[in-house]
Amino acid sequence: MVKDKQITREQVRHLAWLARIKISKAEEQKYAKEMNEILRYFRKLDDADTHGIPPTYHVADVVNVTREDEPQPTPPDRLLEIVPLKKDRFVKAPRIV
Amino acid sequence: MSGILELPASELVKKIRTQEVTAEEYISKCYERIERVEKKVHAFITLTESSALEKGREVDAKIRKDENVGSLAGVAVAVKDNVCTMSVRTTCASKTLDSFVPPYDATVVQRLKSQDAIIVGKTNMDEFAMGSSTEHSRFGPTLNPYDLRRVPGGSSGGSAAAVAALEATLALGSDTGGSVRCPASFCNVVGLKPTYGLISRYGLIAYANSLEQISPITKNVADVALLTDCIAGHDDRDSTSINTGQSNLSKHLVENVAGMRIGVPEEFFGRGTDKSVAKTIWNAITKLEGLGASCTEIKLESLDYALASYYIIAMSEASSNLARYDGLRYGFRLKDEGYDWSTAFSRNRRSGFGPEVKRRIMLGTFALSAGYYDEYYLKAQRVRTLIRQELAGAFKNLELLVAPTMPILPFRLKEKLLDPLEMYMCDVDTVVANLAGIPAVSVPCGSSQGLPIGVQIMAPAFREDLLIRAAYTLEKNLGQIDLKLKI
Repeated sequence: MVKDKQITREQVRHLAWLARIKISKAEEQKYAKEMNEILRYFRKLDDADTHGIPPTYHVADVVNVTREDEPQPTPPDRLLEIVPLKKDRFVKAPRIV
Repeated sequence: MSGILELPASELVKKIRTQEVTAEEYISKCYERIERVEKKVHAFITLTESSALEKGREVDAKIRKDENVGSLAGVAVAVKDNVCTMSVRTTCASKTLDSFVPPYDATVVQRLKSQDAIIVGKTNMDEFAMGSSTEHSRFGPTLNPYDLRRVPGGSSGGSAAAVAALEATLALGSDTGGSVRCPASFCNVVGLKPTYGLISRYGLIAYANSLEQISPITKNVADVALLTDCIAGHDDRDSTSINTGQSNLSKHLVENVAGMRIGVPEEFFGRGTDKSVAKTIWNAITKLEGLGASCTEIKLESLDYALASYYIIAMSEASSNLARYDGLRYGFRLKDEGYDWSTAFSRNRRSGFGPEVKRRIMLGTFALSAGYYDEYYLKAQRVRTLIRQELAGAFKNLELLVAPTMPILPFRLKEKLLDPLEMYMCDVDTVVANLAGIPAVSVPCGSSQGLPIGVQIMAPAFREDLLIRAAYTLEKNLGQIDLKLKI
């Protein structure tokens, strides 16, 4: 890992796009600065010897928990009630193409 | 009737069952108290007074008719606002979920209701549980009832402050990296983060799902056992919940630590640990030794990497979990006529999320992105294994670990708000238990400058019984802590 690697404003813009969060030009600068400070601390992990150590994605030693796929009743109207924008019984979405 | 709000739940339930006091009277008292102190403390986002009073009358009617009532009959519980409550707004202290009214109850809420507990309101928190001070809330900060110029800790600051300020007798929080133990320590109450998988996460709005657990906050150790026994247990709807049978921690309220082997890892007393905190924790350790426990200083070198590992994992999981907030099916949505899909979402999420949430999503997106995944996310997960292995090794010879909950005293409002990294550093002693999935409890153990200090006790996975025994013994033997509410 290169120790002095810095996140650039361009990278911040790209990350914001990946995360689907619109940010302003001024914010690009602010985020770059903050993120670089935090990432510098994170690079402390470079010193840890993890050669041959497997990752822990989850601490619970359970795999492939299954159960019968039985529907639990939730009235559709109750779900539709909390939809911010709808037409009849459909959720209205922005244009896709 | 006087002093009823001071009573722990275990004693209160007896008085309600024997009709020495009615649930309705007691719940009314809670709301009178809330009315009086809430302007200063601001522990709640939403109050549910009319349904709570109605539920109180129902409990009273059952008791009068000699019907069976549950283990928490009539007890006022404050619930963190990231735990779904059917028909009661659940906001995560975020604009994104400002008007979200869940169509279902979290499993823990169902269990509370089935034991006749009464939900008095939803408590303030850092937005999406991201923070250590409850300052990152859309609704403004909660203040520490022991010093209104200081923070209550976070992210479950509202829940801890509500119990401390006698607005509710019990509370639920959630603990992802210390979010229950931190405010418990800062507010002089007890907070237990259970073993990962002991309590169902169904209905807990996800932040970092491999780390977090819904966790009780109470006035004393007996209550923490009582509340955990009510909400713990396997749930089909959470595939990570483990079937360990009926929880019965209350039977481990035993005043005896003779022969217990306790480790004190020096890494928990590292740079940045306040001297008065260290001194108070050592006082508690000496007390345990005096009661017959054997305490040994040990080294756990991997703990130096815990905080960085934790934040990389938590942010990565957050960036994935919070991708669901598109404003389509529920939650906040801006007018988006004329915008394409991605632009509409990006505008929505800009408005809906606060600065800390955005920061963590962006950093998590970075850690998971092509070219950086191995260096950050995967590395952090490997370090997590190192930490687990080292702890497992320590627990071969030891039953418990003891450490400070927080390295510092409750800090002033805005003191750390503008320096994210400094705020993260507050979690240095608490994240270890989340990374390893082990249980940890914070118990009040002293004070300095009129501010509370909590001691943290950790045990191997599913050994909450050991925690409860040690915490109970310590609580019984430390005597009265010299602290005064400032409300």
